[in-house]
Amino acid sequence: MTIIATPRLADLTVGDVVAEGTFPLTRDSLVHYAGASGDFNPIHYRDDVAVSVGLPGVLAHGMLTMGFAVQPVVAWVGDPGRIVDYQVRFTRPVLVPADGAAVVTVVAKVGAIDTDAGVARIDLIVSSGEVTVLGKAQARVRLV
Amino acid sequence: MSVNPELQGRVFPPVAPYLVGREKVREFSRAVFATSPINLDPEAARAAGYADVVAPPTFAVVVQEATLAQLLAVPDAGIDFTRVVHGDQRFTFSRPIVAGDELTATLHVAGVKSLGGHSMVTAVSTIVDAAGAHVVTATSTLVVRGDE
Repeated sequence: MTIIATPRLADLTVGDVVAEGTFPLTRDSLVHYAGASGDFNPIHYRDDVAVSVGLPGVLAHGMLTMGFAVQPVVAWVGDPGRIVDYQVRFTRPVLVPADGAAVVTVVAKVGAIDTDAGVARIDLIVSSGEVTVLGKAQARVRLV
Repeated sequence: MSVNPELQGRVFPPVAPYLVGREKVREFSRAVFATSPINLDPEAARAAGYADVVAPPTFAVVVQEATLAQLLAVPDAGIDFTRVVHGDQRFTFSRPIVAGDELTATLHVAGVKSLGGHSMVTAVSTIVDAAGAHVVTATSTLVVRGDE
């Protein structure tokens, strides 16, 4: 087992990039998330249904994007239990083609440090094809 | 039809308890590309001080879902499911969700606002464990698009 050294608050500076990730989403990813989460809204796997409700095509579940966007932060702190608060705003949908993948990138930066509370706010920039897809994406992590 | 403003402040009865299964946590973890051994391997989770595998932060939405279904099922709510867009989501934890937890969620409608023909409903689901201790609060803002 790899022992991951937990980052320390005292070593952080606001603006530091602490983690990054790249996530290629395919239709398979959406079907897998539908089954795992129980969200079977067909706009996430059927083109005909998506188009019939006025969408340009099949979209990724917003909660899937929220779900993986925090994973680079989890990998950085080494323990998912250190995430004490996590919020996002769903600003733009991620269209996922029937063939190929929609690539979503995540850059995680230190947004604020609260030494008294032992918490760092990590701000996530989550983009697909040059546009951000989540707004005000912030994870608060408990560190010493 | 617009969202019934009388929903504001309403507290719903708790939904049936949700038993968190180890394989469900592992399945959900893989679906959100979680790679931490603490999400996937019971031995690694125990070594880190947990009773079993730890769920990814957004797993709480699976427990919250039954409360949102309660909200959408209110006959006079005026919430047309086909016009609902998920606006914001937040999870605030007292502790992470761990396999074996029996969790009970209770919905409170914290706000109903009208904004330029649309309505915004803030749904707060408070999730506690079998001992009644707080685990996580899941807050969703649902945007209900008005008639076009």
